[in-house]
Amino acid sequence: MLGRDQANDIFDKLRRLSQADEIELLISGGRSALTRFANNTIHQNVAEEEYHISVRSAFGNRTARASTNKHDDDSLRRVVQSSNALARVQYPDPDLLPMPTKEEVGAAAVDCADGPVNRYFEATARLTPQDRAEGVASMVNVAKRHNLTAAGIFSSAEIVEGIFNSKGVAGWYEQTLAEVSVSMLDSSSSGWQKANSPDRARLDPVRMAEVAAAKAIESKNPRDLPPGKYTVILEPAAVLDIVGFMFWDFGGSALLEQRSFLNDRIGTRLFGENITVWDDVYHPLQAGVPFDGEGMSRQRLKLIENGVVRAVTYSRSSAKRMQASEMAGKVGPVRPTGHGFALPSEIGEAPLNIVFAGPPEGESRSVEQMIASTERGILVTRLWYIREVEPYEKILTGMTRDGTFLLENGNVVCGIRNFRFNESLLHMLQNVEVMGTPVRSCGEESFDMVAPPMKVRDFNFTETTKF
Amino acid sequence: MKDIASWALETAKLRGATHAEARIVDERSRALATKNGRIAGASDSESLGIGIRVIANGGFGFAATDDLSREGVERCAARAGEIARASSTVKSQELYLVPEPPAIADWASPCKIDPFSVPIEKNLDLLFAIDAALLAVKGVTLAETNMNFRRYEQWFYSSEGSEIHQTTVTSGAGYAAYSFQGTEIQKRSYPNSYGGQFQARGYELIEELRLLEHATEIAEQSVALHSAAQCPEGKFNVILDSSQLALQIHESIGHPIELDRVLGMEANFAGTSFLTLDQLRTLKYGSEMVNVVADATPAHGPGLGTFAYDDEGVAAQRTPIITNGLFTGYLTSRDTAAAIGAARSGGCLRAEGWNRLPIVRMTNVSILPSESPLTLEQLIASTDHGILMETNRSWSIDDKRFNFQFGCEIGWEIRDGKRGRMLKNPSYSGITTEFWNSMDAICSRDEWTLWGTPNCGKGQPQQVMGTGHGAAPARFRNVMVGTAYKGNE
Repeated sequence: MLGRDQANDIFDKLRRLSQADEIELLISGGRSALTRFANNTIHQNVAEEEYHISVRSAFGNRTARASTNKHDDDSLRRVVQSSNALARVQYPDPDLLPMPTKEEVGAAAVDCADGPVNRYFEATARLTPQDRAEGVASMVNVAKRHNLTAAGIFSSAEIVEGIFNSKGVAGWYEQTLAEVSVSMLDSSSSGWQKANSPDRARLDPVRMAEVAAAKAIESKNPRDLPPGKYTVILEPAAVLDIVGFMFWDFGGSALLEQRSFLNDRIGTRLFGENITVWDDVYHPLQAGVPFDGEGMSRQRLKLIENGVVRAVTYSRSSAKRMQASEMAGKVGPVRPTGHGFALPSEIGEAPLNIVFAGPPEGESRSVEQMIASTERGILVTRLWYIREVEPYEKILTGMTRDGTFLLENGNVVCGIRNFRFNESLLHMLQNVEVMGTPVRSCGEESFDMVAPPMKVRDFNFTETTKF
Repeated sequence: MKDIASWALETAKLRGATHAEARIVDERSRALATKNGRIAGASDSESLGIGIRVIANGGFGFAATDDLSREGVERCAARAGEIARASSTVKSQELYLVPEPPAIADWASPCKIDPFSVPIEKNLDLLFAIDAALLAVKGVTLAETNMNFRRYEQWFYSSEGSEIHQTTVTSGAGYAAYSFQGTEIQKRSYPNSYGGQFQARGYELIEELRLLEHATEIAEQSVALHSAAQCPEGKFNVILDSSQLALQIHESIGHPIELDRVLGMEANFAGTSFLTLDQLRTLKYGSEMVNVVADATPAHGPGLGTFAYDDEGVAAQRTPIITNGLFTGYLTSRDTAAAIGAARSGGCLRAEGWNRLPIVRMTNVSILPSESPLTLEQLIASTDHGILMETNRSWSIDDKRFNFQFGCEIGWEIRDGKRGRMLKNPSYSGITTEFWNSMDAICSRDEWTLWGTPNCGKGQPQQVMGTGHGAAPARFRNVMVGTAYKGNE
């Protein structure tokens, strides 16, 4: 795999080739492989190795970016020329700041494999096609034992990401990641589980397959329930997939551009008192790069405290713009937080390492305990095809999928046909009755999170589908 | 490129592959964007690499590398073989490719003006002029514009003897105006939402879109929506503009006809399909007016799903999907076609790039226009009471593609054959086959547009693909409207 020294050499070449006032290199890539199965058969099985070189040039307050996956001298010369040519003709951006210095970016608490939080595991990096096939076989065996059909993935990757600029910034990060997702299918039902971790040893494909199989078996011949408002128990994957949509609004740029549901609402109680959320790339259950698109160290931020939004993320530029705006003073602390995307950026910044605070000691409830305390409700394994219907009240629509159950008198009664929901996130997070212990979770609609299961009253189902 | 491919094919053969394909792709793209008078995106990128797909021991393997040295390519081919052998250890069904004669071809998409030859200053001048025109309208709080170009050159070689060289140039552009007032954010886009219009053409597309001419009207509508009436809830006759109908086709016809979904191959991620094999040539998918084709041939137009050969060397075809309302065809590949008794693939296997395995994809899935002349204004005039909805704002559909819900940016009340007051927050929902069976009118060719959907996601690892959808405004009877906002008070 490409190492820090090689990346540094590439940057030295780029810097010598460039006539720009300032130059920045983002380099990312690695080795990845994914084994995919369906109908109890491995039907797709892929591997790749690639490294992207992305060069940003700045001439005064004009900037632009060019990228390539080729590392030979001619390609490096061409990418610098492209970046320079594109930057030179840009309209000047009065908000563009000079590239940060080494002192300004600060030291990232997680710098590489030997940092305080180790996210590089040799056992994950060394996984072979045979290893993944054996993992898949173990899940398929569970399916066969239950007379079900299995589909899913087993993937592994080792990735690098680095940033270098002509002011002396040099950030580097290495990580491994293994991921398992498994669906179990019967003729009228299905079940699902998904998990990932930098450490392959933390994944248990057989246990995941057994849980998915139990869901498929227990939801056979689903009943048709009328849509309406129900108490729901959302498993962590369902929670993260729906709440993930709101965190793109937690940025200074989103506020300044008045596209955020937090406009005019920061400091007010938007959610229930039991909702406290951090952005924390350094959390032991989190993963990801500890610096942003300009190399700024990510700060640990308390975004929501007891239902009140206290802070949002900023890039260097959006912090400067916010400090000069009429909103300053009404939006909490304003400073670069290390959450900016690579420049130039349409989005600006966002918190992508969300960690929910758990309930106070003694108040955490497992999903099983939540079920036992539910007179009538719905258990949701996962949500699917979530889209924003209304951006300010944050009404989202989507479907339940792969294991939706009717609960009565503290018991799982049967599977039910999948519902469509149209639910305001503001309402949902005001109506959380009970939470469990947050766990590292992943879904398909939002980024990975440390999220708890939640029991929510009056969740708004509007239609039912045919399965 | 032939030498590079031969290193791959030879190595695969020596390592025991019974079939091998090499795709070398050289891709170049440019993305420009503005936001509120500032540059929001300015990037050029290029990518070159090889993807090698092999069959060994009856299993598929795929490996990709950007190292095009002989050593790098041979290592990659050997890895693909190793992966294929691992695949073969977990197998419940045999892999079979329907036959396809080898092809030797050279093809390029139509391109009158190379978009990369147009000065970037000219691109930026247009985007900034639009941005300024949007912001000039009082009440607009955010203006966004974008312009995108891509040149995708591919060399395909197979162990069966195919040698296919294709070059496709695509262009796209669009913009949006947002208005935040009180507790609402309203939005209008042109010529379509989520990036605008995209086709397999050169800069001539950008010129034909007449982007700047529409900017003021679009911006004014985004502000006017705040004082418009809320779209009512209930059953209504609905007329969809062609861009919204294109997305309706994409979601409720294009995806469920993908045969890999039907066969369960996407069950873990994208989902399956209600179109089980017994439905072919028996299901009444829509009313007699509904005629849909999947057409990758250049004769259909310069869509994002237009090509000469797919990514396993099968020639572009036109497949009848819905014929006078009857379900008549799937999107197929060489490894799925046999499931429906087809002797040949429908030519729908496509990959996002050199580093992705080709999978079954939409080409241009289009509804055919009425053969009798019918304009949108005539369609409105023939509607006593209904709602016209324009430009998609949200979309969602279940994992078998039965239940859908769409929101649009703007609606218009239709009363006594006339377009009346503006309606905000229009939405509609339904069940796919019930919806298509309720279609009782579609406009004719003059109203038909071949829209581009540049961002269709599918597969693991996920791949983003461009698809084409020709559509004309059409009317649907007794559609459920407004449930998206029900119960959120």
